[in-house]
Amino acid sequence: MAAAMALVRGVRFGSYSIGRSRSLIFNSLQRRGIAACVDPSIGLTDEQKEFQKVAFDFAANEMAPHMAEWDQKEIFPVEAMRKAAQLGFGGIYVNPDVGGSGLSRLDTSIIFEALSTGCVSTTAYISIHNMCAWMIDTFGNNEQREKFCPDLCSMQKFASYCLTEPGSGSDAASLLTSAKLQGDHYILNGSKAFISGGGDTDVYVVMCRTGEKGPKGISCVVVEKGTAGLSFGKKEKKVGWNSQPTRAVIFEDCAVPVTNRLGAEGEGFSIAMKGLNGGRINIASCSLGAAHASVLLARDHMCVRKQFGETLSNSQFLQFKLAEMATKLVASRLLVRQAAVALQEGRPDAVSLCSMAKLFVTDECFAICNQALQIHGGYGYLKDYAVQQYVRDIRVHQILEGNDFFCLIHVSEMQWFSKLSWSSPALSPSSNTPDSIRQLIIETLRPEVSQKR
Amino acid sequence: MHRSSEVKHLASDFNTRACECFGQPPVQPFESHCPVLTDRTVRVQLKVLKVKDGSVFFIRVKPDRTGVVTDGVKHSMNPFCEIAVEEAVKLKEKKLVKEVVAVSCGPQQVQETIRTALAMGADRGIHVEVSGKDYETLGPLQVSKIFAALAKKEQADLIILGKQAIDDDCNQTGQMTAALLDWPQGTFASEVTLEADKLKVVREIDGGLETIKINLPAVVTADLRLNTPRYATLPNIMKAKKKKITNVKPADLGVDVSSRLEVLKVDEPPQRQSGVKVETVHDLVEKLKEAGRI
Repeated sequence: MAAAMALVRGVRFGSYSIGRSRSLIFNSLQRRGIAACVDPSIGLTDEQKEFQKVAFDFAANEMAPHMAEWDQKEIFPVEAMRKAAQLGFGGIYVNPDVGGSGLSRLDTSIIFEALSTGCVSTTAYISIHNMCAWMIDTFGNNEQREKFCPDLCSMQKFASYCLTEPGSGSDAASLLTSAKLQGDHYILNGSKAFISGGGDTDVYVVMCRTGEKGPKGISCVVVEKGTAGLSFGKKEKKVGWNSQPTRAVIFEDCAVPVTNRLGAEGEGFSIAMKGLNGGRINIASCSLGAAHASVLLARDHMCVRKQFGETLSNSQFLQFKLAEMATKLVASRLLVRQAAVALQEGRPDAVSLCSMAKLFVTDECFAICNQALQIHGGYGYLKDYAVQQYVRDIRVHQILEGNDFFCLIHVSEMQWFSKLSWSSPALSPSSNTPDSIRQLIIETLRPEVSQKR
Repeated sequence: MHRSSEVKHLASDFNTRACECFGQPPVQPFESHCPVLTDRTVRVQLKVLKVKDGSVFFIRVKPDRTGVVTDGVKHSMNPFCEIAVEEAVKLKEKKLVKEVVAVSCGPQQVQETIRTALAMGADRGIHVEVSGKDYETLGPLQVSKIFAALAKKEQADLIILGKQAIDDDCNQTGQMTAALLDWPQGTFASEVTLEADKLKVVREIDGGLETIKINLPAVVTADLRLNTPRYATLPNIMKAKKKKITNVKPADLGVDVSSRLEVLKVDEPPQRQSGVKVETVHDLVEKLKEAGRI
């Protein structure tokens, strides 16, 4: 109750004259008019608060005013993203020696959460771009790092991550795109589906099969746009995430130099899984930003909308609903930040925590945004109001980077695995556990598989 | 129309004159005054002011009517001070000034504001510690005395401040500082150009734009259209951690911060009263006569 009232009291329309209105002064309510209980800067260090402030400022000034237009016209906001890259958002957790900002996973989570309040779809793409840059930085050799990372960090070039295929989503290890070695080139054949940025981006980090069936036969190569044999499908029409194009990426005898392979042959799957740990935190952080913005929008609407002779903010039921939303938001935020810390410290529970965070946070934040739309009533359904875009944009977060159903399997297997030994029924060859999941468990829980970051 | 103001040379060596830029100190306690001193050849000082965040709409009067509630209210740098910082950093990038020093007066929390200025490009910071009761009564006069003392100490050539603080709108510190130092002032600046040893300032005034040429050292206060402050970049925020912030007490500068003003009462604006609807013009005239308006 107190939380709801505190939230509700946080807004009252002031009497600032138009003469003073200017984007920096007259900031959107979403950014600063926040009650202490959902303040995302609680518990952060001074430096992290500075990062967050820059990200919030950028989101409010450069992204939020265009968010609806980018969604409706399906514009890939290259200029806005390059401006973000100038501030250091192009390679947030990439090493500074190749142009990155060298920050921690927690700093990254904070930044994406703040940027997401401006536009979820664009921020989600920026996070995918960051993941690709990190992969090349972490698993590439010096030539590859120096060739690709500086341009990616400045967003002179954009990147896409290609793992999913029409026949393998959750069952990623069963991917079919083949890469046959011929001299000093791999010849790629196959297709990838649902690739974010596909067709508009310049650098593709592709998981392909160089060896036998299963995860051990997968390698990771970097394919540049313009390579012969690389083509794209039609641009998909989506419910949300419209500021980034989604296309199939098709390889037809596409020759890629062996020098473009990241790591050794057979390491691709492990690279992918490690990348996804961070990717899950990033996606969860984007959901957080949307939920945060939605809570504030709902609160503001409640202070304005009158029914039955009084504002909605006087309805006890709605006050409780808002309090629930605020509680879930704060709980989600804490889980994501803990997962980020666990990952950057290389703790043993990092992987399961990332899965749990992604699973819990994307679900809860979607519920929060959905509830916020409900509070808006009929207005919430109109595209003039931002809340519907948050709902549409974060719906997909429950699906990609580890479908929530799969995360459940992941976490539950982890739970069992820790209690049982290597002879666990789940891991025995004769069990019904799919090969790929068994491989996944072994791959991610093997002690030798250490986190680089 | 150009006007040169006469200025006494404070220092014998032209090259070591310091400029100080001061922002407007707010009368209310929740603001910290940060003068920005800019030194044309040596240092530029900026004033950075920490005020209640401009987008915080719900401000409540304290129950004892002595001010407004500041606990738990988000504070941030005064927007006009951000513009002042940006101008100083621009001058440094053009290599017209050598050093930019950001100054703020207030309790421990203002260090955050100074760090923001450092992240934008200032070279070092000075934190003038004023806390508790003194901070609550800190007004433009005290702040300008501090700035004047600092300007002399740091030998600044140019002082840039925001024209006013957005919480009290005093618009006094810059002018008072210039008077205390006997320096020329270019207030409400929307354009500042350094020409040899003079400063050309385009001022926004009621009648339009006024261009003046003033000698250095001088005080400039920044208006809205002077520039658009940059975002601090992530690498700069990290570099700002290593930049120095020195702590100074007003007593060290020989300044007495006790206030000559006493706030008697702070009230919310009166609630808007509902009006009365009338049917005819005749009724309207009657009502106006009744109310004694005509």
